[in-house]
Amino acid sequence: MAKHETPLLDELESGPWPSFVSDVKREAQFRKENPRNINFQIPADAPDDLLGVLELSYKHGRTHWKHGGIVGVFGYGGGVIGRYCDQPEMFPGVAHFHTMRVNQPGGKFYTTEYLRQLCDIWQMRGSGLTNMHGSTGDIILLGTQTDQLEEIFYELSHNMNQDLGGSGSNLRTPSDCVGQARCEYACYDTQALCFQLTQDYQDELHRPAFPYKFKFKFDGCPNCCVASIARSDMSFIGTWRDDIRIDQKAVAGYVGGEFKPNAGAHSGRDWGKFNIVAEVVDRCPTKCMRFEGGKLEINNKECTRCMHCINVMPRALRIGEDRGLSILVGAKAPIVDGAQMSSLLVPFLPVEEPYDELKAVIEAVWDWWMEEGKNRERLGELIKRQGFQKLLEATNIAPSPVHVKEPRSNPYIFWKAEEVEGGFDRDITEFRKHHLR
Amino acid sequence: MAFVSSGYDPKEPMKDRMADIGPRHFDDFYPPVIKRNKGKWLYHEILEPGVLVHVSESGEEIYSVRVGGARLMSCEMIREICEIADKHCDGFVRWTTRNNVEFMVDKKEKVEPLKKDLLSRKQPGGCFKFPVGGTGAGVTNIVHTQGWVHCHTPATDASGPVKATMDVLFDDFTSMRLPAQVRVSLACCLNMCGAVHCSDIAMLGYHRKPPMLDHEYLDKMCEIPLAIAACPTAAIKPAKIDLPDGKKVNTVAVNAERCMFCGNCYTMCPSMPLADTEGDGIVIMVGGKVSNRISAPKFSKVVVAFLPNEAPRWPQTTSVIKKIIEKYAEGAKKYERVGEWAERIGWERFFEVCDLEFTHHLIDDFRDPAYYTWRQTTQFKWPSK
Repeated sequence: MAKHETPLLDELESGPWPSFVSDVKREAQFRKENPRNINFQIPADAPDDLLGVLELSYKHGRTHWKHGGIVGVFGYGGGVIGRYCDQPEMFPGVAHFHTMRVNQPGGKFYTTEYLRQLCDIWQMRGSGLTNMHGSTGDIILLGTQTDQLEEIFYELSHNMNQDLGGSGSNLRTPSDCVGQARCEYACYDTQALCFQLTQDYQDELHRPAFPYKFKFKFDGCPNCCVASIARSDMSFIGTWRDDIRIDQKAVAGYVGGEFKPNAGAHSGRDWGKFNIVAEVVDRCPTKCMRFEGGKLEINNKECTRCMHCINVMPRALRIGEDRGLSILVGAKAPIVDGAQMSSLLVPFLPVEEPYDELKAVIEAVWDWWMEEGKNRERLGELIKRQGFQKLLEATNIAPSPVHVKEPRSNPYIFWKAEEVEGGFDRDITEFRKHHLR
Repeated sequence: MAFVSSGYDPKEPMKDRMADIGPRHFDDFYPPVIKRNKGKWLYHEILEPGVLVHVSESGEEIYSVRVGGARLMSCEMIREICEIADKHCDGFVRWTTRNNVEFMVDKKEKVEPLKKDLLSRKQPGGCFKFPVGGTGAGVTNIVHTQGWVHCHTPATDASGPVKATMDVLFDDFTSMRLPAQVRVSLACCLNMCGAVHCSDIAMLGYHRKPPMLDHEYLDKMCEIPLAIAACPTAAIKPAKIDLPDGKKVNTVAVNAERCMFCGNCYTMCPSMPLADTEGDGIVIMVGGKVSNRISAPKFSKVVVAFLPNEAPRWPQTTSVIKKIIEKYAEGAKKYERVGEWAERIGWERFFEVCDLEFTHHLIDDFRDPAYYTWRQTTQFKWPSK
């Protein structure tokens, strides 16, 4: 017998897609039976009560979670989100139900040994429920009580050599795409860079000193599988400066139907015979390609590296060899001033350890934002408020047409005194000698 | 439930403290075939929905079987994933950025037994535990937020609408018949932890009633200036009122006409709750993307201003999404994302084709960007009748 009746949630236990309700019930049942004799450090019926409170929300159409309190581990200002239920008497198992963010490994690769260790800690000291993963990338341990926070952190760090992630006004846990580990498009080692910067900026990650949250995301190519351009204050997106490598024999393979276009992504429908002109050459946004006499030509100078041709013919076309990344800045979700996409700041940087050039840009941006940013103002909003020019000044980057889609259509330029011959100090008396009142 | 110490001594918190050690190094977790071939991959192919092969210049291959799953996951489920990974994948497994799990093997003949094993595992109600799919020109797993499971500001649930939507879109998870990939996302409030603002199809939880004011507690619970400053439309001002018992308290007043229901004030001040059974629901947004492929990344656009929270299965929401995907599947050209299709045929045609009502709510009136979304041209399409 379940602890609470959950007729509404029960309706989510049918259909083909995995049911989170069945899964939470499974954990509830496991804790009730406790076949491994775990010495549960928080109420064994926490998953039952989570279903109970969720059922109540399904009935009311409103959440039953209160604002978080300030809880955490000693010396850190982030990594733990306090959470309390607003019906603690009905659902004592989740009356205190804090979240811990665990900094996920690069590319989200795991060994089963690691995952089991994590489960050992979490089933004993927490609810046994997780998010794999949170939106920013962390492993989310969902629901424990205050007296377990230090214990969990101690076991994570001492037994698993594993740290917490970020929350609050600090550097949030950086995340990366699968990258060179298993992708031929990756222009740099996203995992290496993500790991090193995460290590180098541990202080920024654990101790909130910023005006607001700050996110790094690392995409190996312009396909942007971790959505860095939409979701991170600083987006590191792989790119190249030389030519797309062409294997003309493989091009012929695609044209002749030997290879499936787009790596077989469209095989669920008969789209007809592959037409390289219609599907690749004519779709190229810069029209820098030509297919003549069975040969594909690319005018690489005009290419903007959108990835379409490479995505369609991965066996024939490969990213260039002079690789690095572009840095774009300022993306955020809508709160408060509307959504923003990242804007191009640094067109190209090579990705070379120890990443000094890259870190110089990061730190110049932080210095400016920490000096000028208002409380809860994201980097993108500061750039909008003060202007892109101020960001260029702060980072000592020369303006270039690549920074804009188009030049301004108003002439309201904020000229500076030193840019105008003779400056702004003028003599009105001298002026009036030639211009009567 | 006797307290078991980890070794941590609260009297000496700094003793043996390990802090700022960061995440584990990724090298600890790579399958051997990945370790050997990192940076050497030549090309990949999707052999069938949910099964990818990557081929290295060394000649080695890695086969990945992608399965969907609920982001809210129990440790018992993780242990089952471990059991499968031990049995088939030498103890390695990975997750994707969209909550899929990938089981990787180094030989083609290991794929079928793995797939068979995955698909044989079902939950008591018959749901797949590990549906194989989520690749190529189809629908992959939904990225989403916490919703009523764990968040204090949501205007809808997350896990429930996601389960209901994926049930409806299941065939497109396990097949690749669409013109391009369709990324579906859900954020349960405007904070958009799920960053749904650049998705092909997005569900966004939204409040529609201004905050209630808990006058008696407001000044005790909140920094009033912070609550005022949090409002993007300057709808909040300081106020003094008399409580029924005659006590005068500092509080705030909200100009309801100016409120855009973003909930930013509630984030700063728990005495200003917005949540409401009738007020809250889902906004449907369409046409965003993050890839730079062919066209630049795009924001999603609001195409349905409000749908009610119909727990537990949100039928109106899922049917609107299904309808949009069917019309997209019919009308878009190969490689065209939802947003590119809508732009090519024109948004006026999009509303007609998808049989969605265009209401005044869908015309932007928020600050400067609004103007740029109005039509400054005589070029538009007549209804096709």
